[in-house]
Amino acid sequence: MHVVIVGNGVAGSTVARHVRKYSENRITMISDESKHFYSRTALMYIYMGHMTFEDTKPYEDWFWDKNRIDLIQSRVTGIDRKKQLLCLQNGQTIEYDKLVLATGSKSNKFGWPGQDLGGVQGLYHLQDLQIMENNTKNITHAVVVGGGLIGIEMVEMLQSRGISVTMLVREKRFWNSVLPNEDADFIGKHIVKHGVDVRYETELVKIKGNDNGRVTSITCSSGETIDCQFVGLTVGVHPNTDLAELAGLHVENGVVVNKYLQSSDENVFAAGDCVQLQTPPKGRRPIEAVWYAGKMMGETVAANICGQEASYTPGVWFNSAKFFDIEYQAYGAVSSQLGEEEDGFFWKDDQDEVCVHFRFEKESRCFTGVNLFGIRGRHQVFEHWINQGVRIEEVIENLRAANFDPEFYKSYEPRILELFNKKYSTTLGLKSGKGLLTAFFRKLEGVRL
Amino acid sequence: MKKVFGGESYLQLQESQIKPAYLFVLGCCFLAVAAWGYGSWFPIVFLVLGFGSMSAGALWFIKKTYEHELAGIKNNFIAFMPHTARGVLGWLVGVIFTTFYICLYWFPTKLEGLIRVVDPLSFLLRGSEANQWFLYGTFYTLAVLVMGVRFLYKYRYNRYQILRTLSVMFFQLVFAYLVPAFMMRLNQPEYYFSYFWPLSYYQLFPQNFDSLISQGGFGYFLFFWGVIMSFVAVPLLTYLYGKRWYCSWVCGCGGLAETLGDPYRQLSDKSLKAWKYERVMVHSVIVLVVVTTILLWINSINGGALFGSVSSSLAQWYGFFIGSAFSGVIGVGFYPLLGSRVWCRFGCPLAGIMGIIQKFYSRFRITTNGSQCISCGNCSKYCEMGIDVRWYAQRGQNIVRASCVGCGVCSAVCPRGVLSLENGPKNDKVKGPIQLTRVTKGSAEK
Repeated sequence: MHVVIVGNGVAGSTVARHVRKYSENRITMISDESKHFYSRTALMYIYMGHMTFEDTKPYEDWFWDKNRIDLIQSRVTGIDRKKQLLCLQNGQTIEYDKLVLATGSKSNKFGWPGQDLGGVQGLYHLQDLQIMENNTKNITHAVVVGGGLIGIEMVEMLQSRGISVTMLVREKRFWNSVLPNEDADFIGKHIVKHGVDVRYETELVKIKGNDNGRVTSITCSSGETIDCQFVGLTVGVHPNTDLAELAGLHVENGVVVNKYLQSSDENVFAAGDCVQLQTPPKGRRPIEAVWYAGKMMGETVAANICGQEASYTPGVWFNSAKFFDIEYQAYGAVSSQLGEEEDGFFWKDDQDEVCVHFRFEKESRCFTGVNLFGIRGRHQVFEHWINQGVRIEEVIENLRAANFDPEFYKSYEPRILELFNKKYSTTLGLKSGKGLLTAFFRKLEGVRL
Repeated sequence: MKKVFGGESYLQLQESQIKPAYLFVLGCCFLAVAAWGYGSWFPIVFLVLGFGSMSAGALWFIKKTYEHELAGIKNNFIAFMPHTARGVLGWLVGVIFTTFYICLYWFPTKLEGLIRVVDPLSFLLRGSEANQWFLYGTFYTLAVLVMGVRFLYKYRYNRYQILRTLSVMFFQLVFAYLVPAFMMRLNQPEYYFSYFWPLSYYQLFPQNFDSLISQGGFGYFLFFWGVIMSFVAVPLLTYLYGKRWYCSWVCGCGGLAETLGDPYRQLSDKSLKAWKYERVMVHSVIVLVVVTTILLWINSINGGALFGSVSSSLAQWYGFFIGSAFSGVIGVGFYPLLGSRVWCRFGCPLAGIMGIIQKFYSRFRITTNGSQCISCGNCSKYCEMGIDVRWYAQRGQNIVRASCVGCGVCSAVCPRGVLSLENGPKNDKVKGPIQLTRVTKGSAEK
């Protein structure tokens, strides 16, 4: 059987690796972006000079040869699902038995005047990075539109080159659509500390350029004009469904798939950013454009292709990011607005370097989620607690067991417990780390790892 | 080196770094003049103006580099600056280092001018005039201290790095520089308490035994200190903490690698091929040094009859190729080209032995945090030992590798906090890989 995968990002490459793990099928992976799988999450580090492009490849080049996964660098220009073949820009015709679409995302553009001027761009793929290199040579000021994860990375990238940045954020606070108010304020302070000119409740209206077709300034909803030589459009992404539409598959916002990640054609699967789940698992969204979901979907698709029946079961939600110097981790559900049945507990240190935000059910006291900023939390411990519906009091008492900070780091658990006791008039006592840690590891043997 | 992306070479100095750079260069010029033969004229003057200006200039430069930056990882431009990415400046530094080492071991008379510069210091500490080894020790210790300050600035938000760096600075200054000097002043053998056999291979050679005990009771103590350290302390501490207790907290080679070598740590080879070479080479050196030591002892006990020439020429060969050429010339001279830990990784027999203990009999591991890894590659890039840390992290697998020196930089540069150096129960050590999704029906057999 010939398995053909379009897209070699984390989703596509995970499909390839796992199909090889489960079977001897012929595997071909096609990408227009690069010959080899590289980590998109590392794009910012290439620009800042922390790594070279080669460093961002999770597998050495021989890995694909050794595992007999053929790689083609070309664009798919035509598809015939009846004949089950693809036409490539380089002239090749590829026949498939099973096809996997892992075509990723496209940056959003909302039709602003001037959005196609030189020096205006999004940041998604490798080619965007090269363009950004060229666009940011010898400039002094940039405007980044959109207060989210890619936006904050872009700001950090620009600042590393000594370029000053104005950031336009539509919401009242940074990433307020995802972060609760206290968390967003906390991050907002940190961003300002890094010298970023942040404008909340401000949207882009118009981009103006010069005779050479390059951006010279923008106008925003406050009426102000800001001079700049670069505009980063980081207002979200949407699934890249061009090929799926060309193929005549069922497409809405993304490539619509069932719980086996199978499209409207039983021989065509989809994985990663481009997917829209018809019936998302409880607590999850139809479109999940994050690295982790891409990986998990890739494994699921591979299993299904190779004769197993695997429904997409991502488990407890988790995500992570980094806002300048503050690491962020999320486990479970912490929505920006507190639900009716929910209660939230927020703690922050005095230096504004660390904060945590717990959520739990009011009635049952079941712990449902946590946001961690500047403290590293153990994935498996939090996942276990959420799965078991452990009470928030037990979580707070055993917080040391969930700490993943390096040795000798400051311990914040006593102060977190103190505030909790104060707020809820409880008399909880902090349990020591190590013994319990061992106990948890033993307990966790039975849990899905 | 092929550059796919990258700005122009960022050899631009910030304005605040210019004066410190001049001071440093001025110091170098004084030392160059001294080296040319004028060092014996007024040694104190060259000592202060040469070593002093270099150190002061460097410290000032470091302060200006880091003082305005908010605490956090900023490895900006390392991948394409000429100094840290095998550019012209990197090669130049490598040539200077290598030339110094070649002179040190085989043409010490060329260093006469510089040796005379440190005479005042040598008289103060050791009570006698300087030689090339004291000059070397002085440069070495200064490098660890000054570049240690740089490392402390760079990682000032990370307590593990601060404590570890202070530790290597302490052990280098006290046990690898001052104590041996003071001992000499007190007419005792110049003994390095922080180096043991087989790294300090001479320590357990019969010639050393003879020479030490001829100095009386204290000599016995020194010899048996070496024996206890090598055969009791090393296995015990490596079991408890992994080899990091020595390799990145105590050892002078490690101390220099972590401080002076930090700008070059990312140049280590991460390929699978390099790992294969590493295992062959380091284990060969272990065999060599053990065989040499045993032969020398057999020979000594038998009164020099049977293996006389074999054992002594083996020892000489080992000293030349492994002790000097490998450990010194290539080990340090090639910092800007091959990274900071070439000796440690490919040659050091003590590291090799501790590595075997670490892999199979120790409580140390680097835990990975579930499925949080985003495969960015920073960990592998900045691992000075050339471990492909990402390979393990992205599978949720613990890192238990013989070569890991526990420097903790992978954990520091990871943008998602996926890595944690830990000592824990042995049965819990090997974990992973993690399969993210459970297949609901059927089994996923290979």
